[in-house]
Amino acid sequence: MAGSASTTNTKPMNLKLRVWRQPNRQTEGRIVEYNVKDISPDMSFLEMLDVLNEDLLRAGTDPVAFDHDCREGICGSCDLFINGRSHGPEKGTTTCQLHMRKFSDGDTITIEPWRANAFPVNKDLSVDRSAFDRIIQAGGYVSVNTGGAPDGNEIPIPKEIADRAFEAATCIGCGACVAACKNASAMLFVSAKVSQLALLPQGKVEAQTRVENMVAQMDIEGFGACSNIGSCAAECPVGISLENIAILNREFLTAKAASNNLA
Amino acid sequence: MELFSKAPEGPLAEKWDKHKFNVKLVNPANKRKYDVIVVGTGLAGAAAAASLAELGYNVKAFTYHDSPRRAHSIAAQGGINAAKNYQNDGDSVFRLFYDTIKGGDYRAREANVYRLAQVSVNIIDQCVAQGVPFAREYGGLLANRSFGGAQVSRTFYARGQTGQQLLLGAYSALSRQVAYGKVKMYTRSELLDIVVVDGQARGIVTRNLVNGEVQTHAAHAVVLATGGYGNVFYLSTNAKYCNVTAPWRAHKKGAYFANPCFTQIHPTCIPVSGDYQSKLTLMSESLRNDGRVWVPATKEIAERLRKGEIRVQDIKEEDRDYFLERKYPAFGNLVPRDVASRNAKMMCDEGRGVGASGLAVYLDFADVIKRTSAQAVSQKYGNLFEMYEKITDENPYEMPMRIYPAVHYTMGGLWVDYNLQTTIPGLYATGECNFSDHGANRLGASALMQGLADGYFVIPYTIGDQLAQTPPKPVTTDHPAFAEAKAAVQARVEQLLSINGTRTPDDFHKALGHIMWEYCGMARNAEGLKHAKAEIQKLRREFWQDVKVVGSGEEMNQALEKAGRVADFLELGELMIDDAFNRNESCGGHFREEYQTPEGEALRDDDNYAYVAAWEYKGDNQPEVLHKEELVFENVKLTQRSYK
Repeated sequence: MAGSASTTNTKPMNLKLRVWRQPNRQTEGRIVEYNVKDISPDMSFLEMLDVLNEDLLRAGTDPVAFDHDCREGICGSCDLFINGRSHGPEKGTTTCQLHMRKFSDGDTITIEPWRANAFPVNKDLSVDRSAFDRIIQAGGYVSVNTGGAPDGNEIPIPKEIADRAFEAATCIGCGACVAACKNASAMLFVSAKVSQLALLPQGKVEAQTRVENMVAQMDIEGFGACSNIGSCAAECPVGISLENIAILNREFLTAKAASNNLA
Repeated sequence: MELFSKAPEGPLAEKWDKHKFNVKLVNPANKRKYDVIVVGTGLAGAAAAASLAELGYNVKAFTYHDSPRRAHSIAAQGGINAAKNYQNDGDSVFRLFYDTIKGGDYRAREANVYRLAQVSVNIIDQCVAQGVPFAREYGGLLANRSFGGAQVSRTFYARGQTGQQLLLGAYSALSRQVAYGKVKMYTRSELLDIVVVDGQARGIVTRNLVNGEVQTHAAHAVVLATGGYGNVFYLSTNAKYCNVTAPWRAHKKGAYFANPCFTQIHPTCIPVSGDYQSKLTLMSESLRNDGRVWVPATKEIAERLRKGEIRVQDIKEEDRDYFLERKYPAFGNLVPRDVASRNAKMMCDEGRGVGASGLAVYLDFADVIKRTSAQAVSQKYGNLFEMYEKITDENPYEMPMRIYPAVHYTMGGLWVDYNLQTTIPGLYATGECNFSDHGANRLGASALMQGLADGYFVIPYTIGDQLAQTPPKPVTTDHPAFAEAKAAVQARVEQLLSINGTRTPDDFHKALGHIMWEYCGMARNAEGLKHAKAEIQKLRREFWQDVKVVGSGEEMNQALEKAGRVADFLELGELMIDDAFNRNESCGGHFREEYQTPEGEALRDDDNYAYVAAWEYKGDNQPEVLHKEELVFENVKLTQRSYK
């Protein structure tokens, strides 16, 4: 690593892990301690868990279940609550992109699943986030069928608006915002989709019913009210801005003012 | 069985229109009487499920993820091609068709590729209408960039996250149909077999990954949109769950597997850093628009650099070999992926590689930062630079990136006709899991195009042809074939759990990956392939005697899932070796060392190998039978690809 300006850890580490183990939704869970040895600082956090799981499996013990897939920080599958923080200590980083160089030899690391009523545990560290899908199904789309769309350049969109919509649209749906919030609120997730579509001319047509339906579904799913503290945005791995919640609130109030209260 | 492509006769530009007119239509009132299963919810699957539901069919969609939005299409970075010619730089449907056929080294079917280029323009319109926030110019119109292997700017993009934005668009369309009740969504459900009744695909067997329940589902047609099999190499840019199980189960039920050895090695990935490495991360090819690829001019300088005696900044301009610019002045750093990858390997083989392992070359942004600004570079590639720094702990604004080729995409897949139907009637394959459009090498920004083309604009038309000839009577899982397939799936789960050996599924997977990368990777030869075949057979025997999976089948059991996928990779690997051995030529991603030009470029043999190799499964441990679909080129002249 010639020329690296980093001051982070470079030597292999031994760590103590405190991991939430829970066989299934019906059974109570508990913290179990494990030791892992010779962890390279260049490993990702999930590669460190791979090492643990290979050891457990060879010893005939059930490996720790956790969700993961792309390991590039974009699919939103990984969802670990590490030392009391969504996705761990590094700002703007998903668990899969967190590297062990951010930890030190001898550290104790506590690993839990997301904690929220709306995200019940499947097993160990894997939770059920289908509530997010149902919120999108309630209105997180533009109602256009395939075919018959006008030319892509038919409606010019100012670059600044397109960029802001893009920023909101980069939400990966991981649920870190919910896990970080003391009320387990899904406001940041919902607001990201509401603003993306409210900003774009294509989404404006249904803006009113969309925000009403999505917020109603959010409440049905059992997410809490916004705490107004902003821990969601502080812990969001892709930097979804709190500004989106302001847009959501404005959209919601405007919608309700003119609403038939269909939702 | 003779392979019949069903590609329509007549002039190229009229084939698709003619075909759309000739395919039978299903009466609108009858559409709701047909059930269609779609497996996979990436671009091809989500687009197909949404579009078929909009037409009125009853769709059941399946994904092994916790949500359809997680599919690996989401990780595509660079962009999507479309022949819009918005930039007035000479693009056209024919040029996109020509580039794709040529880029694929003349091993794709003309009619399919032309159709792909035709519908590419509709994809952009559709996505914009869905609210996909593509990059735009200050005037408010859509922005484009040029992308690996193309001399026109036809790539639409959303910063470095185009796949994410397109997938979320398709996911939103799918979600809308779920809300309408036209799509029934099954998440965390993995396909473990295809059910064939009287020669027709009639359903699937799935396992619920949360509680282990094995279920059967019936339909009038089954669409597979399950992605590629690059993870046969263990290390690839694919997501960890990507696997070959769905197409492989279909193959064992009668679907031919085409050109399995055509795998794409992407030139710009972050190099391997250790044995624990679980996957490789791609650095978008768009970086080659501005980054310059180089290695030290001599072995001696490279050695001193690797030993840490000198720093990269100390290497003088004249001691740097910008080998792509030197060898290919016309295309420079933008040569197609296979050419760029092979050249990087050549440099490292010569001992001029960089990084601790010597298995890397530089991708340098110093010039563009000097010419514009660090801020301008960040605007274009900010998230990629950040990702690179997170993984490597090096800052690419200050020192060149280290990159090395890695397995990225598989051009091979289930053989399909012009309707995207496999050799099992009623079973379709779309997106990366079919073989049809990219020949022996895929051009950058064409995977997203193909996935969405198949899902939005091809399968909704072509599936009707089959369904219109199927009586609109309800289908059920009552036929004994369903119970048989279910019992077979359960027996296999039990078998994997009962072995209780000493080696983990990952252990076998890594061993397989080593064999495949060494002997069936960037360069192949007959001797090596023979050796690899024997090694894989041995590894497969060991697997079934010594794999270790604990727990039960009635719970969430990720080691069990993994074991099943590895078992299928161990069979696919051997077929890839057979296919690579059979193809005595070099073309695209398939480079047989025995067949090269004096300059070391791929040497095709059009007289003997201008065909699609489609393999028929004949039973466990039986040699597969080769069927050939001769490729006829009426609209392009076969030339040796030259990017000089």
